[in-house]
Amino acid sequence: MSGAEQTMRLVLRSTSGKVGVALVIFHIVLAIVSPWVVPYDFNAQSEVLEHMGPSLAHWGGLDTLGRDVFTRTLLGGREALLVTIFGTAIAMVWGSLFGMFSGFKGGRTDEFMMRAVDTFLAIPFMILLLLVIASFGNSVIVLMLTLGFLYGIGVIRLARAATLGEVTKDYVLAAQARGESVWVILLAEILPNIRDALMVEAAMRWSWMLLAFSALSFLGFGVTPPTPDWGLMIANARIYMPLAPWPVLLPMIALSSLIIGINLMADALAKSLGLDRVQRMPL
Amino acid sequence: MVNGQELSYLLRLVIQRIFAAFVTLGVVSMVVFAAIELLPGDACQAFLGQMAQGQRLANCRAEHQLDKSPIERYGIWAAGLAQGDLGNSIKRSKPLEEVIGPRFRNTVILGLTAAGIGIPLAIALGVIAAWFRERKVDFWISGVAIFFMTIPDFITGTLLISLFSVWLGWLPGIVIMRVDAPITEVFSQIGLPVLTLMLVMIAHIMRMVRSSMIDVLASEFVMMATLKGLPRWRLLLLHALPNALLPAINLIALNIAWLMGGVLVVEVVFNYPGIGRLSVNAIADRDLPLVQAIALLMAAIYVSLNLLADLLTLMLSPKLRTQRVQP
Repeated sequence: MSGAEQTMRLVLRSTSGKVGVALVIFHIVLAIVSPWVVPYDFNAQSEVLEHMGPSLAHWGGLDTLGRDVFTRTLLGGREALLVTIFGTAIAMVWGSLFGMFSGFKGGRTDEFMMRAVDTFLAIPFMILLLLVIASFGNSVIVLMLTLGFLYGIGVIRLARAATLGEVTKDYVLAAQARGESVWVILLAEILPNIRDALMVEAAMRWSWMLLAFSALSFLGFGVTPPTPDWGLMIANARIYMPLAPWPVLLPMIALSSLIIGINLMADALAKSLGLDRVQRMPL
Repeated sequence: MVNGQELSYLLRLVIQRIFAAFVTLGVVSMVVFAAIELLPGDACQAFLGQMAQGQRLANCRAEHQLDKSPIERYGIWAAGLAQGDLGNSIKRSKPLEEVIGPRFRNTVILGLTAAGIGIPLAIALGVIAAWFRERKVDFWISGVAIFFMTIPDFITGTLLISLFSVWLGWLPGIVIMRVDAPITEVFSQIGLPVLTLMLVMIAHIMRMVRSSMIDVLASEFVMMATLKGLPRWRLLLLHALPNALLPAINLIALNIAWLMGGVLVVEVVFNYPGIGRLSVNAIADRDLPLVQAIALLMAAIYVSLNLLADLLTLMLSPKLRTQRVQP
């Protein structure tokens, strides 16, 4: 894997790349070890309810139910990271496969697939997401699969465009002349050559999915209380802001730093691979 | 000059695009209908919940024609849609137009205000950043814009509320108004939501304008104009900018569609009575006909604005327009 190693080295050469990778690794490590390092039980309510400001014992203060905000912030990204990392993986796998196939096949298949993609992109994702969650519940599996499905639709377009740039090249023609099967050509020949574009896409999709996930839990559709989650914590603490502004602070910093970290990483990755990061709206 | 051959080609392209947009909308309506059909339980069960039994359920189903087959119901729904009749809300038991209409008006007011201030501002900032590229001004404009583009919109909204409402007390933190409040009252309340939406959308357009402006400024015709001694403002605004805006048209349309489609989270943050918040409430209430109608409305906005952007790009760029005229 010298290619991956080299890419990593290039990403880490820039300051923003270093900061981005550091933030992302920090959050992932924290999500794994946090249950063992938190100072309090995330659900324990303090007896001194009125004491809500930050103190030496409670760095982030207490929330409206007297729970330690610092503890809950440390734990608050676990489900978000779990869902979005696997969700992104699902989106990338199915989106790339369909996109590569469409670009390689061309003709009517391609035409039909692109029309279908256009149609799906016209449907408001957020409403569809909320509907699915309202009907099937907000379990981790449902969230992963739904987000993975919806965010894979955009991947089809990118994978197809990247494949179109490869299909006429000699190595693909050679593979076809050797009589390789379609899937062998796609996975063994074309995929390694469009890997760079897909990697940048994956990083961007991850940050968009995280935005969608946190919006869901902000709206009360994502994570079931009392499980700590940044979006939910912000939503709950927000109402009492005129009285107690501090409980919103830590979860906002945590969520923003993770998303900014992923974006810095994506930027550095795109730059090191010589790709211009596409300027698009998060869908 | 546009000659006859070119015109007929252009006309054919326009008709093709419009036709394609209608086909897309037709398919979207089927997908939305099917998606709701595939969910467990029907609209009456979903709405009545625990009470979905016996006569009550049967009455509800009869009232909303749920006793017919899905294909028949799609036919009825689609025929109604074609005549501008969206059907009835289950929860609110009145025509959906009456439920959606005033809230859509509010969303349009909010969106147009944000777009009307935000888009020119974003273009101006993009031009400034491109002119001073790689210098301090560019660094700060780009940095701040990207920061607000990256962080979630509800965090931006919460930050603005805590700054302008809780701390400084300048603007109302949340919107408190009747759904059908007069426009002047709406305007007096939407300061912070407009600011939030602007901060979220400015960066996308600004970055696009900046990068295409940098490309244009490096092109030969700009160098020619510079050598001819054209004043800088003329060069920037009349020669470079129109060319730099072309690639941004689609993005601007996408942004307007995003705003018109009701920005769910921002409307919820500010308690704003638009269709974004309505859709969240409709889902929470399990008012499926209402959800269906809003989803289709949002899709229609997206498709028509995309169509508009495509046509505009086509009209404005000679290259695309005449590409395939030569036999």
